[in-house]
Amino acid sequence: MAQLTLPRNSRIDKAAGKVHKAEAGAKNIRKFKIYRYDPDAGANPHVDTFEVDLDKCGPMVLDALIKIKSETDATVTFRRSCREGICGSCAMNIDGGNHLACLTHIKDIKGDVNIYPLPHMPVVKDLVPDLTHFYAQYASIEPWLKTTTPAPTRERLQTPEDRAKLDGLYECILCACCSTACPSYWWNGDRYLGPAILMAAYRWLVDSRDEATGERLDMLEDPFKLYRCHTILNCSRTCPKGLNPARAIAETKKMLVERRN
Amino acid sequence: MAAYDIVDHAYDVVVVGAGGAGLRATLGLAEAGLKTASISKVFPTRSHTVAAQGGISAALGNIQPEDNWRYHMYDTVKGSDWLGDQDAIQYMTREAIPAIIELEHYGMPFSRTPDGKIYQRPFGGMSLNYGEKQAHRTCAAADRTGHAMLHTLYQQALKAKAEFYIEYFAIDLLMAEDGSCHGVLAWDLNDGKLHRFRAQRTILATGGYGRAFFSCTSAHTCTGDGGGMAARAGIALQDMEFVQFHPTGIYGAGCLITEGSRGEGGYLTNAKNERFMERYAPHDKDLACRDVVARAMTVEINEGRGVGGEHDHIFLNLQHLGPQVLHERLPGITETARIFAGVDATKEPIPVLPTVHYNMGGIPTNMHGEVVTLKDGNPDAVVPGLMAVGEAACVSVHGANRLGSNSLLDLVVFGRAAALECAAKLKIGAPLKAIAKDSEDRALARFDRLRYAQKGTLGTAQIRVKMQKTMQAHAAVFRTQESMDKGRALLNDIIKSYDDVQVSDTSLVWNSDLAETMELENLLTNALFTLACAQNRTESRGAHARDDCPDRDDVHWMKHTLAWRDGETSVKIDYRPVHTYTLDEEAKYIEPQVREY
Repeated sequence: MAQLTLPRNSRIDKAAGKVHKAEAGAKNIRKFKIYRYDPDAGANPHVDTFEVDLDKCGPMVLDALIKIKSETDATVTFRRSCREGICGSCAMNIDGGNHLACLTHIKDIKGDVNIYPLPHMPVVKDLVPDLTHFYAQYASIEPWLKTTTPAPTRERLQTPEDRAKLDGLYECILCACCSTACPSYWWNGDRYLGPAILMAAYRWLVDSRDEATGERLDMLEDPFKLYRCHTILNCSRTCPKGLNPARAIAETKKMLVERRN
Repeated sequence: MAAYDIVDHAYDVVVVGAGGAGLRATLGLAEAGLKTASISKVFPTRSHTVAAQGGISAALGNIQPEDNWRYHMYDTVKGSDWLGDQDAIQYMTREAIPAIIELEHYGMPFSRTPDGKIYQRPFGGMSLNYGEKQAHRTCAAADRTGHAMLHTLYQQALKAKAEFYIEYFAIDLLMAEDGSCHGVLAWDLNDGKLHRFRAQRTILATGGYGRAFFSCTSAHTCTGDGGGMAARAGIALQDMEFVQFHPTGIYGAGCLITEGSRGEGGYLTNAKNERFMERYAPHDKDLACRDVVARAMTVEINEGRGVGGEHDHIFLNLQHLGPQVLHERLPGITETARIFAGVDATKEPIPVLPTVHYNMGGIPTNMHGEVVTLKDGNPDAVVPGLMAVGEAACVSVHGANRLGSNSLLDLVVFGRAAALECAAKLKIGAPLKAIAKDSEDRALARFDRLRYAQKGTLGTAQIRVKMQKTMQAHAAVFRTQESMDKGRALLNDIIKSYDDVQVSDTSLVWNSDLAETMELENLLTNALFTLACAQNRTESRGAHARDDCPDRDDVHWMKHTLAWRDGETSVKIDYRPVHTYTLDEEAKYIEPQVREY
């Protein structure tokens, strides 16, 4: 079994967490245990406990986070924007899995609600991971339409059947839930592209309008970029949009095999 | 005041905001060889353009070969209730066709017709032959058109090697003594440093301010930062009284259910299971303009015919469309209805309510994106160095009411126009002028005061929710002088209470407490302008519907409201004429008519 050495300052200081009690009279209390890391403090991270009265809270985990920030501790830090599962900002580790806080019903979680940042990413503050490398990997696959034939005056034609090949791929919101759920990405994320980026690459491989399939496959044919995928399938299990990156990776591997014949 | 080391940048153009309009501008600027910085408080694909669903309009004629951009122009003018500028509307609707083709060539994954062309669906207020019959004009990528478009534009910006400053929060515009703009002061959330971006042109593409209201389809980040910064720099905002309520926000959660759902055949019913839109808009029915439908729904609820235990909402019926159509054309909202309303849209109606959705008003610009103002009697005086595009701007192509699927179009057409304007006028690498020291000092002092506002007694969220509830109650679908005056008095007190705001987080790295506090100040400014301009306009036009002045009054009010901040809680109002002419002889001026659907 491989040993993974975590940075010294990443260990959670179990003694440092604070407990914020619910208001007196609250009847429907749920405990939210939230990972806290303040880069200015020079201290290790800790977990604070917030008691939330669910009778006075919206149904989603994001509602609870906003309630905590609004009413109890304004320093609790997390990304959020659209609150309807399309912008991908509020990806975090909730109850042991990677989810969008805005689409996760509190009632679906049993017991205390444990909230951590996306796993195995550098943490900027509290629930905000640094996604710079993830975005750079996205840019590295050159995710744009490549053609050599001149563009027609009107739209390029694409049959509904060819267009359907993009369904289940183009909907990716780049939340990084899948990549940060992948043990192979945890180990080799510096060189392995991870499920989100590989699915984005596959989206262009199967676009009938794209004319750079060979070049794209050449780029992917690499022991690390693609072949660190060991079909663990955490990616497809965790995707908050119900997409299947593992399938896209398998199809890519198949395309590489087929072109050798 | 604490000492701040400021990192200096010199660019030809700095674009603030990386949604649809900002990215389209950035992309065009980068392609033109101008040194361009795109700064955004969120990663580009997290901008609110991503949430647009139904589509983007253009008279491609893929379904109906007889379609013509002049029909699209007529529909937009009529939808605007004759407050839109017809030269700009002509430009937008004519340029729509090449703009959509360009998006397709960029690789945008549009849905397709059986013969492989871009799929087009019916949308509200879109007609053929000047109101004769329903047009299929709205180009769609299922019901995720904004997502498909925003990701495509980001991909193209990557291809063009645009320079991004991601999670940088714009604090204030940097102005010179003569009122010209020379850049922006921004705060890098990731390492806490301040950055001074100097540029020949600054383009505000910061989006709308839906979050000034309690119930909106807008993202948490839609806080009108561009309008706030502009107003603080002494720049006027235009037509701020016009706020669009989308007929179908999910009851309670406020999440958007696209108008495309009615375009695909959905309809609204009341408690008597009656398709009531037939009474309000006999011709267009459920596909009348958004302001018309939102008012009809509100009347139904006010007269006791709402659905649910409280009779306080309306049903949107899609169940008759069948799982196949929902799966192919409306998969996103089917999912949204399940998650946020607990409803299986293939079997039961979705509970909906008119919900704040879009701001027709904003920073006034000409159709090249240059910010304009009224100066020495000239209503089209350009503010040197400053431009605005997208929902933050008011060109004005939407007038008093925007048509569905015209906003994504506005973003790409005027984002592109702004880039073309810069490419034509700017010299690459031209020397930059000095920024007035007091402009930067004011911005820094404001930042510093809020950063150390630990002694305040009112939390940011506390003030914010008061503002939101006040706006929801007093700048609603139907307005009266009495209600707006009451709301204004409340809002003035809320604005004054901001002096006592408390910020708990003193750090500089990802201090979202401080960022939200600065956003709140921008929201308060936008809210103040909205109510003040609404109180002032004594007629009903488009989205501004007054029970006490129910008619449109073209004699006195066919003009744009222009408003300046004039003290903590006061606003000075003047006017700009509506452009009653077209761009060229390709289209004729459309005379005002009674607006019926």
